[in-house]
Amino acid sequence: MIDLAGGGVPISWYLILSAILFGIGATGFLIRRNIIAVFMCIELMLNAVNLSFVAFSYMWRQVDGHIFTFFVMVVAAAEAAVGLAIILTIFKNRGTLQLDRINSLKN
Amino acid sequence: MQLWLIPLIPLIGFAINGIFGHRAPKRFVNFVAVGSVAISFALVLKAIFALWPLETGYVEQGFTWMQSGDLRIGMDLAIDRLTSIMLLVVTGVGLLIHTYAIGYMQHEEGYARFFSYLNLFMFFMLILVLAANFPLLFVGWEGVGLCSYLLIGFYYERQYATTAGNKAFIVNRIGDMAFILAIFLIFAQFGTFDFAAVMEQAKGLSPETTFGAISLITLLLFIGATGKSAQLPLFVWLPDAMAGPTPVSALIHAATMVTAGIYMVARSATLYQLTPCVMELVAYVGLATAVFAAVIGIAQNDIKKVFAYSTVSQLGYMFLALGVGAFSAGIFHVMTHAFFKALLFMGAGSVIHAVSGEQDIWKMGGLRKKTPITFATLMIAGVAIAGVYPFAGFFSKDEILLAAHHHAPWMYWVGTATAAVTAFYVFRALFVTFFGSYRGEAHPHESPKSMTLPLIALALLSMGGGFLNVPHYLEPMFPLDHGAGHDMSLVLISLGAGLLGITFAYIFYVAKPELPAQIASSLGGVHRLVLNKFYVDEIYDFLFVKPLMKSSRSFFWPVMDVAVIDGAVNGVASQARAVGRVLRAWQSGSIRTYASWVVVGSVIILLIVSVAGGVR
Repeated sequence: MIDLAGGGVPISWYLILSAILFGIGATGFLIRRNIIAVFMCIELMLNAVNLSFVAFSYMWRQVDGHIFTFFVMVVAAAEAAVGLAIILTIFKNRGTLQLDRINSLKN
Repeated sequence: MQLWLIPLIPLIGFAINGIFGHRAPKRFVNFVAVGSVAISFALVLKAIFALWPLETGYVEQGFTWMQSGDLRIGMDLAIDRLTSIMLLVVTGVGLLIHTYAIGYMQHEEGYARFFSYLNLFMFFMLILVLAANFPLLFVGWEGVGLCSYLLIGFYYERQYATTAGNKAFIVNRIGDMAFILAIFLIFAQFGTFDFAAVMEQAKGLSPETTFGAISLITLLLFIGATGKSAQLPLFVWLPDAMAGPTPVSALIHAATMVTAGIYMVARSATLYQLTPCVMELVAYVGLATAVFAAVIGIAQNDIKKVFAYSTVSQLGYMFLALGVGAFSAGIFHVMTHAFFKALLFMGAGSVIHAVSGEQDIWKMGGLRKKTPITFATLMIAGVAIAGVYPFAGFFSKDEILLAAHHHAPWMYWVGTATAAVTAFYVFRALFVTFFGSYRGEAHPHESPKSMTLPLIALALLSMGGGFLNVPHYLEPMFPLDHGAGHDMSLVLISLGAGLLGITFAYIFYVAKPELPAQIASSLGGVHRLVLNKFYVDEIYDFLFVKPLMKSSRSFFWPVMDVAVIDGAVNGVASQARAVGRVLRAWQSGSIRTYASWVVVGSVIILLIVSVAGGVR
């Protein structure tokens, strides 16, 4: 096991935290009905992935992981801007944020 | 030299009339149909003059049809002296019959359809005679069979016409199967399909004394020929084929298509000369057919049926000629027969036209004065087929009979007796039709000019056609046996046989019309046997058709067709539907369900990877 920053926090701890965060995000995505909550869960999953990127990057002393992280953050920011705009419009038009009710394209 | 134009022009005519003909005026249809055949005829003449004296064959390579390794099957056309005669007969007589059909079909439904089929027939027939290899010959062979089927069943709303068309097609299949087997064997034996190459190799072989590979090839080729050329035992389709319009009977079922078998055997003459035992069989079958059909012809009452059996009988003569080695005499008879038999049929059509569709000779009579041109031309055709000097039939029949005598004298005597019978039944039909008093209800009238002019043209050919010395012309291909000589007494005997037949017919049906009935009643059973055509159709019905129908109803239809084939087809469909029913449930449209599956799938993959030890 490579010693990280002398602090002695092993890589596996980072990965376990990342997995827990990702699991929470995935579970929330599956079970929540509110669009805002689902949206937040997606952000959570993205950031869980970011965490493992950074951990690996730090472990190998390479910047690739950091760069990926920045990319993910940029995409997430863009997604948040567009997604929140869509959510706002949906709420204005339909008066609800329940995912299951927004099904007018079905059938 | 553009030989490919010769068949192509009628094909274009077929396309134009087939696509636009039903909306176009009749004059346009006539112009296209007759014009295309006339151009073909002119091109044939041009080709023959350009290549004169045509002592060796001329081959024109077309595009490659099939290529496999060293084997190349091309759309190659060839012309030699044998082909040139066939070409002249097909396009020349074809042109006259097309012209005749304008008048004959004037009041019929499906005018353009008729002429487009007729042009299609010309295309395939020209491919058949121009082909330079066996597969291409087979294309023409099948094509004319198709056109024959279409034209026999031309009056498709009548049950008997479609049945007759089916019968012709199915009976021909038997022969065609043998023919295609022969083609395969030729390839196995010689490694090529080209006539020239096969015959060149065959020249180097010595004749087979026992039944060997070449004998099998020639036997199968001959079986193919018996189907197309209506020989025993496959002749049954030809008399029924008379259900088609009369110009079709004249063109396809008398003058051209049915002689394809003779042409094919003559084309393979080099092979046949290697196999004396098959040659002997050809002669026997030909002679037997000639006798058999002639006897049936005596008792027929439908004017077209009389001439149909006469065609079968005359084709038998041609095979007799081939069988005894007189190939050029056989081809000579093909030509003269095309003249007088086409004339007989077209004359019969003119008579039928005159009496408004009646075909029973006993409901005609006394038409001599009402239809003088038809009468005169039919009489010329009659004496030509009877073999009276100097009409066309005399010369070719004489060549055949002399060659038969040279081969085996008894064949000559049987052939001569058949010639007498031929003269008798043809003149029986003619006398009953034209002499005595009219027994029908219609108002007989002479046919229009477009019908009588071709009759006159063919009458002239039937008179003078015999002076064209075809055997001499064909000498470079089929050397003449000069040792045979021309025995004057034999010539006189066969001439006398023809005259005897005519005389008997005159006595029986003009001088003493009560005699035939007396003789018929005194013969009793024999007469009934002949009247019913020796029950050949009934025997075939019992032996082949009925068992096939029965096994189809009890086995092939319910078991093979319904259970196996339909079962397999429907089974595939219902299985597909069952699988679909399961898969359909997955596509619920709920994003959450899809996402759940993605998660489940990822987890499963991760588990597998971690259990298997991961990727290193």
